[in-house]
Amino acid sequence: MTAPTLVVEELRTWFHTRAGVVKAVDGVSFSVDRGRVMGLVGESGSGKSVTGFSIMGLVDPPGRIVSGRILFGGRDIAAMPEDELRHLRGRRIAMIFQDPMMTLNPVLRIDTQMIEAIRAHEDVSRDEARRRARDALGQVGIPSPDERLAAYPHQFSGGMRQRVAIAIALLNRAELIVADEPTTALDVTIQGQILFEMQRLARQTGTALLWITHDLSVVASLADEVCVMYAGRIVERGTVDDVLDRPAHPYTAGLIGSVPSRNLRGQPLQQIPGVMPSMLSLPAGCAFRTRCARADEACASEPAERGFGAGRVARCVHPLVEPVP
Amino acid sequence: MSMAQATRDPGVQTPLRRFVADFAESRVAMAGLAVFALVLGAALLAPLLSPQNPYDLNQLDIMDGRQPPMTKSLEGFVFWLGSDDQGRDMLSAIFYGLRTSLGVGAMSAVGALAIGMAAGLLAAYFGGRVESVVMRVVDIQLSFPSILVALILLAVLGQGTWKIILALICVQWAYYARTVRGTALVERRKEYIEAARCLALGHRRIVFRHLLPNCLPPLIVVVTVQVAHAIALEATLSFLGIGLPITEPSLGLLIANGFEYLLSGKYWISFFPGVALLVTIVSINLVGDQLRDVLNPRLQK
Amino acid sequence: MTVFVIRRLMQSGLVLFVMSLIVFFGVYAIGDPIEIFISPEADQIERERAKAALGLDRPVWAQYFAFLGAAFQGDLGRSFVFNMPAITLILQRMPATLELAVSALLLGIVVGLPLGMYAGYRPNSAGAKAILAGSILGFSLPTFWVGLMLIMVFAVNLGWLPSTGRGQTATYLGITSSLFTVDGLRHLAMPALNLALFKISLIIRLARAGMRENMLMDYVRFARAKGLPMRRVVFVHVFKNILIPIVTVIGLELGSTIAFAVVTESIFAWPGMGKLIIDSIQRLDRPVIVAYLCIIVFMFIVINLVVDILYSVLDPRVRLSEAKG
Repeated sequence: MTAPTLVVEELRTWFHTRAGVVKAVDGVSFSVDRGRVMGLVGESGSGKSVTGFSIMGLVDPPGRIVSGRILFGGRDIAAMPEDELRHLRGRRIAMIFQDPMMTLNPVLRIDTQMIEAIRAHEDVSRDEARRRARDALGQVGIPSPDERLAAYPHQFSGGMRQRVAIAIALLNRAELIVADEPTTALDVTIQGQILFEMQRLARQTGTALLWITHDLSVVASLADEVCVMYAGRIVERGTVDDVLDRPAHPYTAGLIGSVPSRNLRGQPLQQIPGVMPSMLSLPAGCAFRTRCARADEACASEPAERGFGAGRVARCVHPLVEPVP
Repeated sequence: MSMAQATRDPGVQTPLRRFVADFAESRVAMAGLAVFALVLGAALLAPLLSPQNPYDLNQLDIMDGRQPPMTKSLEGFVFWLGSDDQGRDMLSAIFYGLRTSLGVGAMSAVGALAIGMAAGLLAAYFGGRVESVVMRVVDIQLSFPSILVALILLAVLGQGTWKIILALICVQWAYYARTVRGTALVERRKEYIEAARCLALGHRRIVFRHLLPNCLPPLIVVVTVQVAHAIALEATLSFLGIGLPITEPSLGLLIANGFEYLLSGKYWISFFPGVALLVTIVSINLVGDQLRDVLNPRLQK
Repeated sequence: MTVFVIRRLMQSGLVLFVMSLIVFFGVYAIGDPIEIFISPEADQIERERAKAALGLDRPVWAQYFAFLGAAFQGDLGRSFVFNMPAITLILQRMPATLELAVSALLLGIVVGLPLGMYAGYRPNSAGAKAILAGSILGFSLPTFWVGLMLIMVFAVNLGWLPSTGRGQTATYLGITSSLFTVDGLRHLAMPALNLALFKISLIIRLARAGMRENMLMDYVRFARAKGLPMRRVVFVHVFKNILIPIVTVIGLELGSTIAFAVVTESIFAWPGMGKLIIDSIQRLDRPVIVAYLCIIVFMFIVINLVVDILYSVLDPRVRLSEAKG
């Protein structure tokens, strides 16, 4: 068995603001294997996007990686100088952003934006780079890629723009793609197509995929494994089937319960009561205990990570399934 | 009923208090305000503060002409900032000049505010043809720089105190009109105006009791900016000899008077009135900058 | 697009007509130039003869139509003072003014753009704060007083630069300008800097605001995620975006620079059309006043039109939406 493409160990990314320290990511660990898809699920503000940006080395002040390791290709990204990081970004690790309307530069043509992404890392001719850009556009299903290369971003629909962004991520055959809610802003049908294609690409090219989303149904259809984040921590991690079928953490169960489904038609949706507490004033111990029906005094102390068999872990004092020591 | 009670809570004072507290947050702006208060005080109390009345020819002695700063005059008082060719104490001349400059600036601002506000409110409230005519005129005028508009008017009208005030009003009114109309348009679409209309309140009542108060915050900002602008423009025009007549010596005229002596090294006749002008404009701008930040709804969290 | 241009042209024509009306009738309502040209001892017959020679004996409206008719043939009257066609007089002085205005704008860009971009790139650095403070001062300093102070320091105290006149000119590529001789440049330096001061402050503000705003945009993060060097992100991606509003403003500022050259030219005795108009107002040389105002309004209209067209060329979004409409 080969080493995982990405290993994140005890990552802590904190934001030192005037109002106090926001521990946006606080002790997150997971790994993604070659050709596999890892789903990172959580509400907005749970720290999932910051985790993605930490892996890209794109955390801007006042944010900072304060501790932990991000191992990629045997090197620790968290301790890498900016110059080396830059050569990693876009070449070996690519990223796709949430809003396709905002990620492409509005005043540069598509070919400029694609060719520069190749030539930033490889000494190839413009023609060669252009040819590769055209192939990448074709690969993500953009019709008549030759003509579209000369277009400006606003001449594409939202779905097409996201395909362009994905094509850019594919340009240098990255080993890892971090996708930050790339389908959230799109129609459901287009979302389905893109999910399908991304999954196919991961399998074919052996690219590892970290898929950040708040949408459990996306994870269910796409990912192999899933991490559930809450208030800067991973509360549960395991294979998609295990976690979604038999959640151990009450928060995971709450998330699953709040997804509408055909089987439950006519029944009221279950909601997780309350809202996520402010990141500036998290309760001591389990951060979810203020909203959890199972919480008691024991939850006020930090819950340890416990195993539930087959690489599955959760941080809960009162899990819904029996832990496997 | 409950709405009316809510607005009569002791909290009524809160917006004003918060405004003052927000404003005081910037030390630079408070310093600007303090300096402006001093300038204003010097202008208002000029006759009391000045060692001499610089425009009473009986008090001037040509033998005192072009004395450098800190020289003792024949009358016995000290020319702290020197004297001009007529033997006029520059400090006194500056106090009186501030009076003229601030007076012209304030009067033109009041006039422009009245006209601009009326035009802006009419445009926003009635819309349609009134609006398109008013706003077209505003757009066209704003596409010309202020000095050109003033130049055209002064070329047309000739010199004189009231003429320059009129010219400054014509330069500025469009800014007020545009600001008022912009804000009023936003307010007009809000529900309370609709509610007021449903209650069949008169036009005048809706405009003055409801629309106008909500246009005030951005207007206050524009007023500060425009007053500073008007003072600078008047000084420039007077310096060029097409602004105020020699009988109303504003700071710009004082500076122009000193121009010919500058080349022979007698800097103080131009330099100190210029400093006074600069201090006035900077202090107003500092206050204006902070007002903009405090009153800008987009920056309020 | 053509409809847009035609409508703009019609509006411009109307503005020009209204302006000529206001200016002509206004100017003719003031003062009596006869008083200046004729000695107080002249008798009534001499006065009448002079009036007839200058065309001042006819009713004002007749004078206006004569003026309007002549204006269409490029004849805007004869200067009382110089006894030559007003338009020739103004066109003779125009190159000096254009040279001054263009130099000031270039100086504004060369100095203001880098400073503003730096201040926006590192908004919390001491340098950025100093630049911002400088630009606030630049806005508040009355131009004419700065001109005097420049003369005091560089001409009187240090004796480095001449304080008046245009200096030697040379002709290069058909353009006669003082830019091509050392003496000319020495004469140009202070007036250009004086006129540029406000532009520098303005461009600093625009560039700083544009930089700050754009650096937070998703497209910047995406460009960084592609592994582009910061150099390219700033100087290609961000630069092109902030250039659009700056070019618009610079174009519009050309007109106002020409207008404000009135002040600078008067101080430095620069032989341009601005000094001419001030002299003419003081001498009641009405044909020159009328001609100057008509020409400068015309220049404004042309400049505004050109800027509008240039703007649509620069911003692909505007270009295409207008091509469709």
